Amino acid sequence: MEGKMIDENGLRVDGRKVDELRQIKIEAGVLKRADGSAYVEWGKNKVLAAVYGPRECHPRHLQDPSKALVQCKYNMIAFSVSDRKRPGPDRRSVEISKIISEALEYVVFTEYFPRTSVDVYIEILQANAGTRCAGLTAASVALADAGIPMKDMIPSVAVGKIDGQIVLDLCKEEDNYGQADMPIAIIPRTGEILLMQMDGHMTTDEFNRAMEYGFGACEKIYQLQKDALKRRYAVEDVEGLEEDVPREQQELEG
Amino acid sequence: MARAIMSDIKRDHIHKLLSKGKRVDGRTWDEFRQVSIERRFVESAEGSARVMLGDTDVLVGVKIETGTPFSDTPDRGVLSTNAELIPLASPNFESGPPDEDSIELARVVDRGIRESEMIDLTALCIAPGEEVWLCFVDMYVLDYDGNLFDAAFLGAVAALKSAMVPAAMNGKGEDFPLPIRNTPISCTAVQIENSILFDPTLDEEKVAAARLTVTTDENGDIRAMQKGLEGSLTLEQAKRIIETSQRLGRDLRKLIG
Repeated sequence: MEGKMIDENGLRVDGRKVDELRQIKIEAGVLKRADGSAYVEWGKNKVLAAVYGPRECHPRHLQDPSKALVQCKYNMIAFSVSDRKRPGPDRRSVEISKIISEALEYVVFTEYFPRTSVDVYIEILQANAGTRCAGLTAASVALADAGIPMKDMIPSVAVGKIDGQIVLDLCKEEDNYGQADMPIAIIPRTGEILLMQMDGHMTTDEFNRAMEYGFGACEKIYQLQKDALKRRYAVEDVEGLEEDVPREQQELEG
Repeated sequence: MARAIMSDIKRDHIHKLLSKGKRVDGRTWDEFRQVSIERRFVESAEGSARVMLGDTDVLVGVKIETGTPFSDTPDRGVLSTNAELIPLASPNFESGPPDEDSIELARVVDRGIRESEMIDLTALCIAPGEEVWLCFVDMYVLDYDGNLFDAAFLGAVAALKSAMVPAAMNGKGEDFPLPIRNTPISCTAVQIENSILFDPTLDEEKVAAARLTVTTDENGDIRAMQKGLEGSLTLEQAKRIIETSQRLGRDLRKLIG
């Protein structure tokens, strides 16, 4: 496939530029029963995340008297991929669940809820490369939707390499012929990296460029996460309440 | 479903209203909640449907692959039905291998599809005794507010009716729609203090004594039934549920088309 994934104009199989994200749509509060939830469509990925808790920690022996546990379960549903996936966890999903749990653990104020568990469920309804990033992006919004005190939300994106070039956010066709794949998740405000994996082959220069693309994309995704929460919680203008004027100020003016 | 905790005040409220012939959400005893069906929700599936029945949300997908037939039915395709009560959908669902509730759900849906002969399995034979089409129906509950049986059944039927057999991809000629002969519909009712309520919500299920699911075909004939929960039904109640299921089934069938 050498030289086929990027055309002479520098455009990719789906017409994107090398540093362009797929179309991303985020919606907060989509499930009724869950304490918090979010739905993400990311290119052809469809991902649902739900949060329950803080609630009693199961299994009990994992309870921590000093803080809450963040327990994430990432799962691909049977018909989310072209060959039916047998239901139940496999080694890949167990690993992804672990690294996402660890990333989320960092932003949740776990010390507020000792002995409890904050349970995060990520279901991949339709997969098209980059599902762990879409899942973590959705999980962050679901945690915020659940009202869990947290330092910040975590946007996540994968940067890869095709035809010897660093490209942002590989789609399925590109992923099949990718020479490297590096999912990352950061806190844009502080630049802290909370998730990073890499497989394939990259030079140091390529890594630097990949991080540049990744950080830039995370800023954009973070904005989409915030927008989703605002759309969910924006209050319609109520008569008698002046817009954009803080309450204290109103009182002073009054 | 595992008997979840129910507050006395809610339980009393349901009972008090029922004694006046009313339901919490204002429906009549034989009224279904709003149904919406979104077909082909998942492109990676050969057929799929997302069904909202009130606040119950179920996603069903169909995957079709080639494989070997069972030795006792060498000239018939294989139907396999599976349900997952994933913990995303309810605080009372746990991850892990299917429990008795999800197995019952899958088997009740399977029976309705199989016994109504909805799919012509003989048309899914490629080479007798050697190769047939395997049809996997996977049902995922996404949000749980009662009556999974009917939501999942509607989803399974809609997904199967939208499914294409991926023949071209497998070098078996052109893709063709899954051969469908019938549109079965299931209707579920519960008995609460001798009142009969169709399409119970989660709260109604929690106070229900007995449950009956009736699957009917296009002629209104009964193709499958399942009685559940610890309580009992009188013969009169059973007959009333069957008759009503036949009537409601006609209306629900129109939604599926």
